[in-house]
Amino acid sequence: MSATPQDDKNLPDFGAALSEPSAGQMLRRRVFGHTGLVIGGTILLIIALMALLAPLIAPHDPYAHNLANRLVPPIWHDWFYDDPRATWTHIFGTDHQGRDYLSRIIYGARISLLIGFSAAIISGVIGCTLGLVAGYYGGRVDMVVNFIITTRLAMPVILVALAVVALMGSSLTIVVLVLGFLLWDQFAVVMRTLAMQMREFDFVTSAQALGCSPRYIIMREILPNVLNALLVVMTIEMANAILLEAALSFLGLGVQPPLPSWGLMLSQAKDEIFFDPWMITIPGLALLMLVLAINLIGDGLRDVTSPEGRS
Amino acid sequence: MLDVSNLTVDLPTPAGTLHAVRGIDFTVKQGETFCIVGESGSGKSLTSLALMGLLPKGAARRADRLAFKEQDLLSLREHRMADLRGNRMAMIFQEPMTSLNPVHTVGGQLEEALLRHQPVSRKEARERAVHLLDRVGVPAPASRLRQFPHELSGGLRQRVMIAMALMCGPDLLIADEPTTALDVSIQAQILRLLRDLQDEFHMGLILVTHDLSVVARVADRVAVMYAGNFVETGPVHEIFRRPRHPYTQGLMNCIPAPGKTPPGGRLGAIAGIVPSLVGTITGCAFRNRCPFAFDDCAHGRIDLAHIGEKHHSRCLLPERQAAANAGRPELWQAEEAHVEALHQPWEKRDARPGEPVLTLDAVSQTFKVRRAMFQAKIPLHAVNEVNLDIREGEVLGLVGESGCGKSTLAKILLGLIEPTSGQVLFDGEPMHSHGRKFIARHIQPVFQDPYSALNPRKTVGFIIGQPLMVHGLAGRAEVERRVKELIDLVGLPQRVFNSLPNQLSGGQRQRVAIARALIMRPKVIICDEPTSALDVSVQSQILNLLLDLQREFSLTYLLISHNLAVVQHMAHRVAVMYLGRLVEVTNRANLFQDPRHPYTQALLDSALTPDPDAGVPDPKLGSLPPNPLDPPPGCAFHPRCPKAMEHCRTQMPRTIDDKAGRVECHLHDQTAPISIANKRARISAA
Repeated sequence: MSATPQDDKNLPDFGAALSEPSAGQMLRRRVFGHTGLVIGGTILLIIALMALLAPLIAPHDPYAHNLANRLVPPIWHDWFYDDPRATWTHIFGTDHQGRDYLSRIIYGARISLLIGFSAAIISGVIGCTLGLVAGYYGGRVDMVVNFIITTRLAMPVILVALAVVALMGSSLTIVVLVLGFLLWDQFAVVMRTLAMQMREFDFVTSAQALGCSPRYIIMREILPNVLNALLVVMTIEMANAILLEAALSFLGLGVQPPLPSWGLMLSQAKDEIFFDPWMITIPGLALLMLVLAINLIGDGLRDVTSPEGRS
Repeated sequence: MLDVSNLTVDLPTPAGTLHAVRGIDFTVKQGETFCIVGESGSGKSLTSLALMGLLPKGAARRADRLAFKEQDLLSLREHRMADLRGNRMAMIFQEPMTSLNPVHTVGGQLEEALLRHQPVSRKEARERAVHLLDRVGVPAPASRLRQFPHELSGGLRQRVMIAMALMCGPDLLIADEPTTALDVSIQAQILRLLRDLQDEFHMGLILVTHDLSVVARVADRVAVMYAGNFVETGPVHEIFRRPRHPYTQGLMNCIPAPGKTPPGGRLGAIAGIVPSLVGTITGCAFRNRCPFAFDDCAHGRIDLAHIGEKHHSRCLLPERQAAANAGRPELWQAEEAHVEALHQPWEKRDARPGEPVLTLDAVSQTFKVRRAMFQAKIPLHAVNEVNLDIREGEVLGLVGESGCGKSTLAKILLGLIEPTSGQVLFDGEPMHSHGRKFIARHIQPVFQDPYSALNPRKTVGFIIGQPLMVHGLAGRAEVERRVKELIDLVGLPQRVFNSLPNQLSGGQRQRVAIARALIMRPKVIICDEPTSALDVSVQSQILNLLLDLQREFSLTYLLISHNLAVVQHMAHRVAVMYLGRLVEVTNRANLFQDPRHPYTQALLDSALTPDPDAGVPDPKLGSLPPNPLDPPPGCAFHPRCPKAMEHCRTQMPRTIDDKAGRVECHLHDQTAPISIANKRARISAA
């Protein structure tokens, strides 16, 4: 808490610690005092609630098409252009098959979040395992893992994803797996460095001297100390996965219609971009908000968990 | 030359404004050495940074007067201050490893220091750099200019730092813990060097340190700093002969000094901890730790009172009583009597005291090191044919310079690495074949740095009880009960059970580390520099605790330390290590009174005792330790040995084992081939 290392060593005595706010209180204060984290958290919470409660809040069935009611413009066309077709029935209008755009956006949040979380978790598990093992053991193991990481870094994500999807066909599961198996490099690099640093600490030596297994040391001694960095990388990779899914879907190789993915909606809206630009704007903004929120949370977590990293 | 009046430094912290320096006054004259001594958190480093205008961002410096050679530093603009800094006033930092820029050559950095401030050509700057490197004792100075900092050892880097500070011939040199990170042998050299250079350049020197022995040897005047304020100032002889402030007296009683404290006896200790520096302190800042405090101490402002010639003390005690207290070390020994009967008694040992519990039989550890890419690996003999008995119930000290293989030996004994050859017998049985868990049950470590030894994410209760859980020796309730017993045993309050390590002070953390080492009731504890990261007043508490526990449970300690005073206080026998070999093993009395190996003699000569009359020792270990990858032939010590003889260069000395101990040196080998010159050398050595 204090400003110099010397002070840090001697000052936090018991008398002071008891009168000062507890660690939990300090953390809460820092979390709620961080503007970016609060804004990001709020947006993500709204989007997550939207996704969870989609059947309850969506005004229409996202798959119900009505060709008589195609390309209804959103409600603000009524306000600004006096377009009589824009009504409160379809707040965000309808797409080229006459499906309610708002409902599709709400359901699309499910796809984006599902892909973001699953891909981040799969890649997190792979990357963490490789990184922690490499950093902890060093030597030959490290050389091998480093080779794997370099190989992975040399592969262009989009092209490999395209190739796999082209070979295996595309479905939600395939997209999740492809992204999960491609995005672990950041996890591995960061975890490897941190594990190498943690290995030098005497508490690790002490656990080795106790006869603890390497598995125990990595899981119980090292992992709790690198969890904050793990969370930060996880947010970055989540945002990354969501964007990549959108890109793949845009190219027609990701989630397949009629599933309401934001990337797919962007792709379908591109034909109408000159006549109905709102069609591409709405899913684009949704994507922007989600990715921005996740990145804000990532930055916030980094600041909050390491007080000295805050400018 | 430097005149400081009512200097304060405030730091903003989340908990409020931290008043780190609270109105200090002092002056430094040309050619004078002024020492600021204090424990961590006393504000001594911030004082030196404030003088240089190098305070961390957000820190506020205020003073009534801050003048350097009649020039007011308070109103000086930053760019004018930068002209002064490194030019007229220079600073040496503690950490030589990080104070030099790794991407620039030594020469470039040295020349830059001069070119920045004075209108000289690069050629002149280079000549000055070579001259100064030579002056500070860097061998082959001209060729060093092209080297990068990573190519130099710690001692050499510190010399380069000193040379850099001297490039412009400053009038004032501020040295912040200049020798703390260094070995005793190099420490003596650096202090000698500072002293000589000060005489030569007629500089003022401000030396900031926590080490009373350093202060005693180099200071002219001393200021003892506590909680942001000077509590006592005076000439060095006055301070050490007639300390008046209770804090100064307490500190003096904390350091193990040969001849003053009986070996193995209880050291003085200052109970309690430094008060929080956030907010104001009324009355005496030291009163809650002072055994002589009375009611008046809690009120008002206590000023530095004149108590003798140039001697001031910030204390309300009457002069006569303060003087009387100085001669009564027992007043500082009212420490906790915490060793009570344990719920379950320590197992009684079958073995009699004095029998070897650990036997090292020609243990060697060789690492293969690649000197550069694409070169063949060459062997590094970190530990070389070490034979050693560690006996039941004894404290065996292990001393030697850094890099001599002490820590590798500790790792072998902890079962972390298996020796390349030779074996370690535990109770007569080869230890490494039993596996780590067996070793862990009987041999436990206490590490140097209590900040790194405890996992910051685990509670104290978990950390202490972890060995029992990992070994499955007790159920949850039983573990908790034993942990609570040990918390009592090491003198910690029960409420730490659920604390995280960062809520504890350094001394408290070290107590946690000791409790953890003891919970499986091992026979042997390996203490690797157990107190060198701690403050003086905390060090003595930890040493007292270790000795109490050792006697109570007849534990066996291997005490690895570079602090010879600590080893002399604690150890029954001492082993001296040089380049992986044990060059002398003998009991304490023999080693400290009659060292036989020239290396031991040199180490003892370099070690500083807090004696203001002794002056800076003349270091005998002239050259730096040789590269362990390329050890000298014959006796590895011969290039640094003042008594080296002809055949020392070619023949390995035999191990001589007699009743005075064991030594590996030709001087004491009666059967070695002898020339007349050697005979003379041997007679003079005896």
